Amino acid sequence: MDATLSNFSEQVARARATGRPLVVRGGGTRLFYGSPLPPEDSFDWLDMSGYSGVVHYEPTELVLTARAGTPLAEIETLLASRGQMLAFEPPRFGPADTFGGCVATGLSGPRRMASGPLSDFVLGCRLLNADGKVLHFGGEVMKNVAGYDVSRLLAGSLGALGPLLEISIKVAPRPRCEATCMLDLDEQSALAACLDWRAKPIPVSATAWMTDPNGAGGRLSVRLSGNESAVRDGMSAIGGERLAEADAGAFWRNLRDQTHDAFRARPLWRVTLPAGAPPLAQGTLLDEWGGSLRWLDGATDAAALRARVRAMGGFACLYRRDGIPDEVPTFDPLAPALLEIHQRLKREFDPDAIFNRGRTYPEF
Amino acid sequence: MDALPAVNEHRGGTPDLAAFMDQVRRDVPAHCILTGADQTRAYECDGLPLYRELPRLVFLPENEAQVVAVLKACRDHRVPVVPRGAGTGLSGGAMPHAEGAVVSLAKLNRILRLDPRRCTAVVGPGVRNLAISEAAAAYGLYYAPDPSSQIACSIGGNVAENAGGVHCLKYGQTVHNVLRVRVVTIDGEIVELGSEAPDAPGLNLLQAFIGSEGMLGLATEVTVRLIPRPRSARVVMASFPSVELAGEAVTRIIADGIIPAGLELMDRRAVNMVEPFVHADYDLDAEAILLCESDGTPEEVAEEIVRVEALMREVGATRLQVSASEEERLKFWAGRKNAFPAAGRISPDFYCMDGTIPRRHLGAVLGEIADMERQFGMRCSNVFHAGDGNLHPLILYDANRPGEVERAEAFGAAILELCIRMGGTITGEHGVGIEKINQMCAQFTREELDAFSAVKRAFDPHGLLNPLKVIPTLARCAEHGKMHVHRGEMPFPDLPRF
Ligand SMILES: Cc1cc2nc3c(=O)[nH]c(=O)nc-3n(C[C@H](O)[C@H](O)[C@H](O)COP(=O)(O)OP(=O)(O)OC[C@H]3O[C@@H](n4cnc5c(N)ncnc54)[C@H](O)[C@@H]3O)c2cc1C
Repeated sequence: MDATLSNFSEQVARARATGRPLVVRGGGTRLFYGSPLPPEDSFDWLDMSGYSGVVHYEPTELVLTARAGTPLAEIETLLASRGQMLAFEPPRFGPADTFGGCVATGLSGPRRMASGPLSDFVLGCRLLNADGKVLHFGGEVMKNVAGYDVSRLLAGSLGALGPLLEISIKVAPRPRCEATCMLDLDEQSALAACLDWRAKPIPVSATAWMTDPNGAGGRLSVRLSGNESAVRDGMSAIGGERLAEADAGAFWRNLRDQTHDAFRARPLWRVTLPAGAPPLAQGTLLDEWGGSLRWLDGATDAAALRARVRAMGGFACLYRRDGIPDEVPTFDPLAPALLEIHQRLKREFDPDAIFNRGRTYPEF
Repeated sequence: MDALPAVNEHRGGTPDLAAFMDQVRRDVPAHCILTGADQTRAYECDGLPLYRELPRLVFLPENEAQVVAVLKACRDHRVPVVPRGAGTGLSGGAMPHAEGAVVSLAKLNRILRLDPRRCTAVVGPGVRNLAISEAAAAYGLYYAPDPSSQIACSIGGNVAENAGGVHCLKYGQTVHNVLRVRVVTIDGEIVELGSEAPDAPGLNLLQAFIGSEGMLGLATEVTVRLIPRPRSARVVMASFPSVELAGEAVTRIIADGIIPAGLELMDRRAVNMVEPFVHADYDLDAEAILLCESDGTPEEVAEEIVRVEALMREVGATRLQVSASEEERLKFWAGRKNAFPAAGRISPDFYCMDGTIPRRHLGAVLGEIADMERQFGMRCSNVFHAGDGNLHPLILYDANRPGEVERAEAFGAAILELCIRMGGTITGEHGVGIEKINQMCAQFTREELDAFSAVKRAFDPHGLLNPLKVIPTLARCAEHGKMHVHRGEMPFPDLPRF
């Protein structure tokens, strides 16, 4: 076993022996996400940042395998050099951001509405289990149904079942052409327009609706991606004013990396809803994914917001909790039968609850 | 994981079926229960008749409440239970348990809701795959995963196997197209996995359930994503003087940034097998035929086809044909889609394998399979989802000749182990079921198999759901004499990786 790996195993053994839990960290850039960290002196870090490097990249088979500590930026640069990308456009939280953190948090960016979520792209992984052993699930091939899909189970698991050591991910070619149109629309009309395009073969790859700083109804930005003629046809179907390429690039980059002003609000709620859900009224800063993702200003009463969103078939996550007491849960509560399965999984994979205890739900 | 028994499976001996039946009959009407062998015979196997077992009982519930009642009774009386959809599975996943019950979801076959604006359909598990696209057609929408069995197989079975089809390179498998599954657990609890809203909180149980082969719960409702039907689609059919060159063409197409709607390869033997059956004008002299479909706007398709043709020519395609009409497109596909029935015509029996390999090893793998044909004294033709490396060797044999069944199985096992050695997997879309259970010992370490058991226990603590499938016991692996074949080691460690 590699020295770094045996070091991890020793840390796991020690944690189990002493009962002092571990919190897994990559670059530390995503620790804000999830339930609040336990008091600083109550746990040890399991630091993955040193376990780094692209293990294998096969552009013509659309697969890349890298260790958890690999900087996300390194992967993106490598992919770009071959005209490829991570199709789900994960947010990038600065140079320290790691691939493992990206997969463990499972956050997808603007293109998710067209490409599918991060977990759709996970093909395989290595997991360090509670016995300090390295387990390998899935692989580097596109289609693989041998055994349960543990790799996808771990995507977005926030380390609850153990640390990801290595992940194989499906990559995608960059679109040949992209263009962004802007339309002046209030929220209701913007949501209706997005729903309308959804059922048509128009290559919409991102949408963003925001209130207009000038106080008018609001502005919808729509990105189209694909081959030249498809984008051209899409633009004439959608209409609006075309945004200059450099401005469009900067605009979507800011949304993707959550550096846009809309992400400054504290606390910040991340609400997801079924397609076609009406405006939430108060507090909406930004709608993405054709209206399925809404970013909300935190002035709202948490319980009331949750109840409203639940009634609409959606979920409300307290994304940036600054100022909200720890008692307010980060994620919506799970139904009892579902929680029971989660608890059993946790006990099976991590019997002494040493990995990221309470980072998703206080019960595990 | 360590303190618990490594494998959970039903070991309770013969359950008390009389008491069990008393309980079930309270909630399930008599016409939904089959008992005698004359009635249950039809359920003794799925699409892989090599594995058969007569079930004690078959239930055909008509609603979810009856599913709940049956499962609760199974739990209370420790009766093993095997879910079943349309029975087209190719790995013996729906093969019954000798001491247990089969629950067929075939009667839950209603499309409950089709929402053309939101592009979703909520369907019962017994709805046939194709029926969804047929219902959505009026709105210009369809359900993308299209297994060749789509006229017959059920969406519940598709979820359980994570079924794919010839269009899954671009549009994904079942796991990419299902938003939500409603599941009844062995305890009779109803849980909702996933949601129409993105990013449901908690662990990603939806995608872990998809492909779990009926071992974690029974799907009673499935919400699928529908997508707009592309305005046009055309296929390029190309002949190549070798399978390696056809594989090279695939590599070039993908390197060029094209993700075709379909990308399928047939070797010479497969082409010669299907042509007399479908009359698709296939080139009988080619060593390999590649079918490459483009879809989108007519202009988009035209542009992509020009690029694909140029790339194929560069690599050495000897004959190129582009479908000029929808009728011709379907004709080009007919051979590929009918490879199984064609095999059934030229050979008394055939055995379809389902390994996946990294595509760069295609030439080597087909070469080794050709050697195995000599070694096992049997013919094998190959159809290949070339875009994603999923290989379907069809082993032709005659079950009436002594020893041929065993030889065909040994040939199949050798192919699967070759796939593992090449860094691939023993199953791309048909599942492990009972068929590939020995090869699980070769693909996974004991600790990895234990982790699968751990997932199984979390859903099914008594090990009653589809027992003895997918996860081999320690004893089985020891008896099979196979240990892990080291996927970790790349087949050609000295070659540069990128
Ligand atoms: C001619 C032919 C061509 C085929 N082509 C393809 C192909 O192109 N791609 C592909 O992927 N497969 C293909 N298959 C395999 C097969 O059709 C698929 O695996 C299909 O998904 C099985 O569906 P089914 O309804 O027949 O399930 P069954 O065979 O009845 O069951 C399959 C498994 O699912 C479980 N199950 C069924 N329903 C449920 C439920 N509601 N809840 C929980 N578990 C359930 C069963 O226990 C079993 O383990 C083909 C088969 C044939 C015969």
